[in-house]
Amino acid sequence: MNILLISNCLTTYLVIGALLFGIGVYGMVQRQTFIGMLISAELVLSGASVNFMAFNRFLAPDPVVGQVFTLFIMAIAAAEAAIALSIIIAVYRNYKSIETDETVDLNG
Amino acid sequence: MTPSLISAESLSGLLFLGFIGITLFGALVATGAKRLIRSVAGLALCFLGVAGLYYYLASPFLALMQLLIYVGAVCVTIIFAVMLAETSENKRVVRRNPSAMALAIIASAGLVWALVTLAFKTEWKSFQAPDASGSIEKIGQSLLTTYNFSFELISVVLLVAIVGSLVLARSGRSKT
Repeated sequence: MNILLISNCLTTYLVIGALLFGIGVYGMVQRQTFIGMLISAELVLSGASVNFMAFNRFLAPDPVVGQVFTLFIMAIAAAEAAIALSIIIAVYRNYKSIETDETVDLNG
Repeated sequence: MTPSLISAESLSGLLFLGFIGITLFGALVATGAKRLIRSVAGLALCFLGVAGLYYYLASPFLALMQLLIYVGAVCVTIIFAVMLAETSENKRVVRRNPSAMALAIIASAGLVWALVTLAFKTEWKSFQAPDASGSIEKIGQSLLTTYNFSFELISVVLLVAIVGSLVLARSGRSKT
């Protein structure tokens, strides 16, 4: 298959969504600050959105469902970012740090 | 085999490859960069590429929304939080346990392998109607008829999130 025609193929988008998801999971494990973990969570959500949009474009009988679902994912992600960032600010006031290793109280 | 590189399909395919490259490069920068501000810039680049992918998936409206909400709002909010809270600029970055890093790579690679294998092995059955373009009118109509309850619910969720984040960020300021 010609490589310039892959934009019309479902598998391309599924692979991109899987790669975004995997990179996001790796970042959530590997990052050391809360903001880094939040950024990785946004990557995971965008991978899910790409999958929904691909299924909507190629498989769904009603072409509106996936777009509405992706809009809801965007709204949830925005709310999540606002809540998580204010929690991060509150944690920073208490601990003067946003490192995941230093914000512990009970490790003796 | 190669008719001509300047045909419309070829240019469209090249642009699509560019969007894929932008998306994956931005995601790698967002997870791998040492400094948080570079990581946010990589996230914005990745969202730009995803907006291009949405355009190729026949939804220019969602591409616009992606640019407005993610690149315009979420990334700027994260940059605000980085400027308010980041302290690790001067400290030496202590790397984590290398075995934990290897475990992270193995786990995420396993997830990607499973998902990609699933995508290639499955016989996807298409029920696609001939008119595949979801227009803005249809989205608005179904938001106000079929998905009305979810629409109202998401509005309430956003309101509660805004009020809650205000309360969280406000409390404790008078102490310091």
